[in-house]
Amino acid sequence: MLLETSEPEEIKLNMTAMIDIVFQLLVFFVMTFKIVAMEGDFNIKMPLAAADGQSIDDLLPDLIQVSLEADAAGNLASISVDNGGGAQAIEGPFFGTVEKDGTAEVVPNDQAFASLTEYVERQLAGETNPDEPVETEVEFDIAYGVKYLYTVKAIESVSGRKLPDGSVKKLISKIKFRDRSGG
Amino acid sequence: MRFNKKNQSNEVLEGDLTPMIDMVFQLIAFFMLLINFSEVDRAEDLMLPVSTLAIAPETRPDYQIILNLRPDGTVTFAGQEVEKIDFMNVIFRQEIDFARREGVTNPSDIAVVIRSHRDTATGLVQKLISKCQESELENFSLRVKDTPY
Repeated sequence: MLLETSEPEEIKLNMTAMIDIVFQLLVFFVMTFKIVAMEGDFNIKMPLAAADGQSIDDLLPDLIQVSLEADAAGNLASISVDNGGGAQAIEGPFFGTVEKDGTAEVVPNDQAFASLTEYVERQLAGETNPDEPVETEVEFDIAYGVKYLYTVKAIESVSGRKLPDGSVKKLISKIKFRDRSGG
Repeated sequence: MRFNKKNQSNEVLEGDLTPMIDMVFQLIAFFMLLINFSEVDRAEDLMLPVSTLAIAPETRPDYQIILNLRPDGTVTFAGQEVEKIDFMNVIFRQEIDFARREGVTNPSDIAVVIRSHRDTATGLVQKLISKCQESELENFSLRVKDTPY
């Protein structure tokens, strides 16, 4: 029997078609790629209040009420806090403007909200009883027109404080809103 | 003049494509992993308020409803625009039904993510929340931007 003795030839694949497709894919992914900003959540569990007419204030002694009022433009006009012992006003100013891309943008004033955080911290420090820990709750009573950015800033102020080393000191996790729409 | 025939070979010149293909595949893998198809849920033009304390969601809830609220009171839900918050009941009913079919039987287990524009009146946000509560949805997340840009 005669064996065919041929020289071993190098097998060459035609890569052109694959490279075409691969580049198409690459262009598709590059074009559709979009860097999205990181987003975070404030979690609020808020069931509908029981309709038995009982005031929530009677049930929970550790309730801090935070009221926000708006001016005509929807900016924050006043913050008052009440832990059951009478309302107390937080000093303003509550907002300022910063220059951004050539336009003035209204931003909440950090100092006023820092005093809100301090107030909450004082309340928590005064009421901590190691034998019987009661979770303090914050109820927001916010005027209809207050811009949402102030609401978020207020929620942020009561929920925690960023320490200089970057860690977060947690303050209040139970937050609810008082419904003003019903009057 | 004599031409050197030896140099005029008909062979096709082929560079070594292996490193390039390696790189291109790496790039494709990178972009494929990072591509975000969930954009229908977020209205990108919405300017969220900024907060550094917000917690980035670690796990995706079993069922979530993302509501985009604009200052004029329109709600965008799954790419669909709803003119008034009062009309949201229909959508909530439908979503609760979908959730039940996916095994989330209790409406309070449905996560409602509220993405509201920073200039929206808080009253509108509260109105949206109370509309949700009417449909027994009570698990809310107020979404904010992590860092300003």
